[in-house]
Parts: sequence; C-alpha cells; structure tokens
Amino acid sequence: MTDVKQGIAKETVETAKALETYKYGFSTDIESVKAPKGLNEDIIRYISAKKEEPQWMLDWRLEAFQRWQTMSEPRWAHLTYPEIDYQDAYYYAEPKSGAKYASIDDVPEEILQDFEKLGIPLREAEVLLGVKGAAASAAEARTNPDPNSTPNGEKPKVAVDAVFDSVSVATTFQAELKKAGVIFMSISEAIREHPELVKKYLGSVVPVSDNFFATLNSAVFSDGTFVYVPAGVRCPMELSTYFRINEANTGQFERTLIIAEKGSYVSYLEGCTAPMRDENQLHAAVVELVILEGAEIKYSTVQNWYPGDKDGVGGIYNFVTKRADCREKNAKVSWTQVETGSAVTWKYPSCILRGDNSVGEFYSIAITNNHQQADTGTKMIHLGKNTKSRIISKGISAGKSDQTYRGLVSIHRKADGARNFTQCDSLLIGGDCGAHTVPYVETKNPSAILEHEATTSKLSEEQLFYCQQRGLGEEEAVALLVNGFCRDVLQELPMEFAVEAQKLVQVSLEGSVG
Amino acid sequence: MLKIENLHVTVGESEIIKGLSLEVPAGEVHAVMGPNGSGKSTLAYAVAGRSGYEVTKGDITLNSKALNEMSPDERAAAGLFLSFQSPMEIPGVAVMNFIRTALNAQRKQRGEKEISAAEFLRFARAKAKVVGLSDTKLKRPFNVGFSGGEKKRMEMLQMAIMAPAFAIMDETDSGLDIDALKMVGDVVNDLRAPENGGASRGFLVITHYQRLLDHIKPDRIHVLADGRIVKSGGPELAAELETHGYDQFAGEAA
Repeated sequence: MTDVKQGIAKETVETAKALETYKYGFSTDIESVKAPKGLNEDIIRYISAKKEEPQWMLDWRLEAFQRWQTMSEPRWAHLTYPEIDYQDAYYYAEPKSGAKYASIDDVPEEILQDFEKLGIPLREAEVLLGVKGAAASAAEARTNPDPNSTPNGEKPKVAVDAVFDSVSVATTFQAELKKAGVIFMSISEAIREHPELVKKYLGSVVPVSDNFFATLNSAVFSDGTFVYVPAGVRCPMELSTYFRINEANTGQFERTLIIAEKGSYVSYLEGCTAPMRDENQLHAAVVELVILEGAEIKYSTVQNWYPGDKDGVGGIYNFVTKRADCREKNAKVSWTQVETGSAVTWKYPSCILRGDNSVGEFYSIAITNNHQQADTGTKMIHLGKNTKSRIISKGISAGKSDQTYRGLVSIHRKADGARNFTQCDSLLIGGDCGAHTVPYVETKNPSAILEHEATTSKLSEEQLFYCQQRGLGEEEAVALLVNGFCRDVLQELPMEFAVEAQKLVQVSLEGSVG
Repeated sequence: MLKIENLHVTVGESEIIKGLSLEVPAGEVHAVMGPNGSGKSTLAYAVAGRSGYEVTKGDITLNSKALNEMSPDERAAAGLFLSFQSPMEIPGVAVMNFIRTALNAQRKQRGEKEISAAEFLRFARAKAKVVGLSDTKLKRPFNVGFSGGEKKRMEMLQMAIMAPAFAIMDETDSGLDIDALKMVGDVVNDLRAPENGGASRGFLVITHYQRLLDHIKPDRIHVLADGRIVKSGGPELAAELETHGYDQFAGEAA
C-alpha cells in the first residue's frame, strides 16, 4: 500500500505540471469495452444483457425507449447549442476488465491514481488506500471551522461508491453500513439483489415519460447509485459517489435512487470532473429521492464537468432531472449544489412537498465563465398542509457566459399554511456576461405566504482595488469576494465539500478579470 | 522613504496631478492639505496603483523600489498601505478572515512564512482593543453595517496589524469624534515608536483640518492646489492655513 501511495504522489505531481487550462483535463488509459455507436432496441438489449438484468428491467427500458421516440427535445430554456445527433454517440462503455472489485486491493492502480488526480476525492482516495477513517463523524467535522483539522486530527468518514465510466469499481465501508442496515451499492447490483425495492421505487418520483432527457436516461441508464436507509436509522457516515466521463463520445446516463424510510437520515455527496475533450459530451442523469415520514435526505453536489475551452469549444452538455418526493408527513429534503462546470447546464432539482409539514430546501451556487451557459433553478411543489420551502440561489456570471435562474413555486389548493422564501442574487463580473431571473409563482390557496427577494450586482472595481491594496492578487481578490457572495450557500455544504467548493470558485473564475 | 518625482496623473480625459514632486524620508510624517478637488485622493490612488489613475509621467519609488509598474498587491507587499477615505464593505467575509488572508498574501509575496490562525488572533485582538473594536465586531462580515467611524477604526486596525513601511492616510479624520481622533493618533504614534521600527517608517497624512495634526505631529506640511505642491513648510503652516484658508493659493494654482 505504501508503494502505491508514493507512486500516486509522484504521478500527481507530474500530472499537476502537465495540466494547464483545465486542471482535471486528463484521461486514464484503460481500454474500454463499448457498445456500437447509435441508439436502437438492440443497443438497449446489449446494455441490459451486459448488466445481467432481469426481464422486467429490460421491458422497462424498452418501454421508455418507445416513449422517447415519440418525444422531442425541450427548447424553452435560455440555451443555445447545436443540434445533438443522438445516433452519433456511444451509449455504453466499461473499463475492459469489466469486473466488480470485491476488495479495494483488486482495483487497478491506474484507477486509484485517477482518483488522486481528480483532486476532489483526495480524502476519499485516502480512505480507499486504507487510511483508517476515525470515529470523528462528518457531522462533527462540519462544526469545526478550521478546514485543516478535524477533531483529534482524524478524517471524517466517507463511504465511496466510484462510478468509473459506467461500471462501479469500488465500494467501501460496506461492513459498517451493513451493520446499520443501510444498502449502498450500484444500481445494477441493486436491480439484481433487491429487485423488490427497485421495482417499487424506480420511476416513482421521475416517471418514465417525465421529460425527453429523463426518458432517454430510463432507456439507456448505464449505472448509478442505490441507497436504502431503513426506518429509524441515521446513516453512520456521509455517502459519496464520484462520476467520471472517461470515454470520448460516451454519453453518461447515471441513475440514482435514494430511499429514506420513516425517521431515517442520510447525507449524500455527489461530485464529478471530466477529462478534456473536443467533442461535446452528452450527460443526462436522473436522481430520484423518496423521503418517508419524518425522514431527511441531504443531497450535496459539486459539479465540475469540463466546461469547454476559453473559446467555447468542447465541454459537457448536462441535462439533469433531479427530484425529491417528500411522500409522507414531516419529511425533509435539502438540495445543495455548486455548479461550476459543463458547457451547457439544464437542471432543476425539485421538491414535491406531498406530506403535511414537509420541508424542501434548495441552496445553489452557479458559476459560469467564458462561453458557458446555465439554465438552472428549482421547483417547489406544495401539496400538503403547512409545507415549507426555502430557495437561496447565487449566480455568478463572468466572461461571455450567460446564466438563467428559473424557478417555480407552486401552492396547490389543499396546501393550507404553505410558506416559501426565495432569494436570488446575481453577480456579474465584467460587461460581456448575462444574468436572468425567471421566477414563476402559482398559488391556488389564499393562506400561502410567499416572499421573494432578488438582487443583481456587479463585482465592483472599488472592492477589488480595496482587496488588492491590502495585498491580495487580483484573482485571489475575485475569489474572496465571490466566496463571500456565496457564503449563505457554502455554509450549507458538508465541510468536506465546502473546502473543495471554495477552491473550485477560484479555479472557475481564473482569467475572468483584467 | 517615499519619493515622488514630477508626477502627472490623468483620470479619464483630464490631468489631475500636474507635475508633483515630494519626498518623505524614513521616520517622518508629512501632511498634505489642500482645498477640495486639488487632487489629494488622486495622489493617494495613483501611488497605490488603482486602475483608471494613469501615471503619464514621473516616478514613484518606495525605499528605492520603483512602484510605477507594480500591481496594487505588489505595492502592498512592498510595504505600502492606504487608509481609505471611504472603506469598502465585503459581504460574507468575516473581519478576521479578511485581514489574515490579506496579511498572509503579502507575507507570501515577500517570501515570509504565513502566520497561523491562532497566532494572528492573539495579535489582532490586542490591536483591536487599541482601536476600540469589540470581539463581536471582529466576527461580523467585513465592514458590513458598520458606522462611518467604525469603518475608520477598521482601517486603523489593519494599519496597526500590517505595520507597513509607508502609510498614506486619506482623510482618516473625516467624520471622527474627538476620542476617535485620539485613537488614530495613538495608532500612528505607536507605529512611530523606535522600538516598533518607527525610524524606518513613513506617513503621508491627507487632511483638511489641523485637529488631527494636534495628535500626529507632522515634520512637514505641503499644500496641494490644482495638482501641484504650492507651498511646503513646518508644522506652523497648519495653523496659518486654519486662519487664512486656501484662497491665498488660488492665484498660484491658476
């Protein structure tokens, strides 16, 4: 293990030197097995067969595919991108070894090195490498203001389910999770091992025919994560999955399903980086959260897909459907996202507040630079009585980028006493970028209380000069001011992510001034 | 020492500083006085390197280092501090975090070791007592919702902590009551003390009034009018200006 570690350290240094424009722009040399280009029923059968899926799953996919063929791509978003040729992409790829790794020792060193290079999951890589996580829980770590130390100098526990291209390659902490009764595995595995749970909940939050991209995902999803937290269980660690796109022209169709039974709690972290590519890469993920009585899910994302180069060439097209269903009373969900990557982002993590007294929260930081475009926001659907929602959105546009906050707050007829608070702040850096706010509000119940605050400001030259006069470099000053602007959201992130997110803010805005 | 030779500064289309020369030797405090619009703040910004304040001619050196081509942060690392007339607010960034980040950025640029959070806190709390800022204020976002007087105290706190080689104080006295003026005097006099390295430190105090100079004894006073220094003299010049005003220089400036 020590040898592996040293090898990685050396490799990391070399990589750091080699990388310039895009910090995470590299690809790992593992031969891939991929399905032929294009999309048809045979491809779907191929994917299903590769994953050794039961007949019901194949039927589900085929039905989705049939639906998809009748649908057309949504064009209402404030986004411009060339026509996507869905027949000109690969829909399945896996590392050649193709195997599931029973233990961490079986994971190829290359993959472990890849983890190291990603930078973001550094601590998780340490966990994978056998650095014993200590008793300090991530929750404790969050309360510690100094990012350089955790209580007793120990690492918070994070369990990692790595999705390398389309196949899960490593799952850690299984034993401890098993003791708590928490199921944390790839969705393919869950389809085989817990078909009753998957059958019951898959598509119950985001129906097969929900929207063009979700339907596409339903037909071709490659892998993803499945989490089940039994009644009354507080998940003993933060769960974390890292996604990577590693194969040119391979769409990523991740599928995540998390179920929190009565009175349970789980915090889930999702983060991703992608290698530098010239081709546009399609990413259409679906995330479904089911929250039952009195349960809570905290879902945090740091999204850092390749945004394209400074001239807008390349970059990921990211069409994501994320939805949480607070299905029973007193359920709570909290989405926190830091969106810095992708050429095009289309994403509206939503909360269906069905149970009485249920609570939905959405905290978002979206940063666009150069030619990036983002149309993102949330939907809060208030169905139950005394349901509450809170939206804090911080958008930062720099370069020639364009950004739209699009949000819906909908209060249904029976939602007596519903409340929403929305705050949308936009910060512009430079004179060539754009920020738009499109808040939709529908209310059918007069008892609803809705508050909306919105601000748009420009990063001021005076503030920048003030910081520089005190000794900060121009880019450090921008990062400091922007991190200050985002504080309300950053503090909602688990500590593990907050530190990374602050660094990401700086990296994302490099070259945005001067 | 700070040396300014034949400085010309243009803001937008107009020339504001029109051939200004000034030398402040190490260990001395010089005051610059002058009517509104004479170019006092422009001088301060140009020396600090603010963009939009274009030096079209002339040289600025600090302890023999040429500042002209340096970015504002490089000038700060070289030891230049500007106390702002209207200090900025920085939402979302706590006071102590801001000052420590800035101080460490300077130290890093000078090749010095960064100061640890604990060490900084001890040191900064002691200085905060001197300038009259409570611990609660130090935990708040930088200057957000602070009164004008508190913002000036924050400038003095930073000056005390950073202990710069040279400080320009741009109307630090404006809007301050008598107690606060005394505090400003205490901070400056502490930094001037020989045991605190005062012999190698210089100050340029920009002010309209003599009252600050009752607390900070200047070695020289310069009168700035229409972008030039029109008169220089000893401390007694301040009293004279207080009595006769700046009208006497109107003709010279034109």
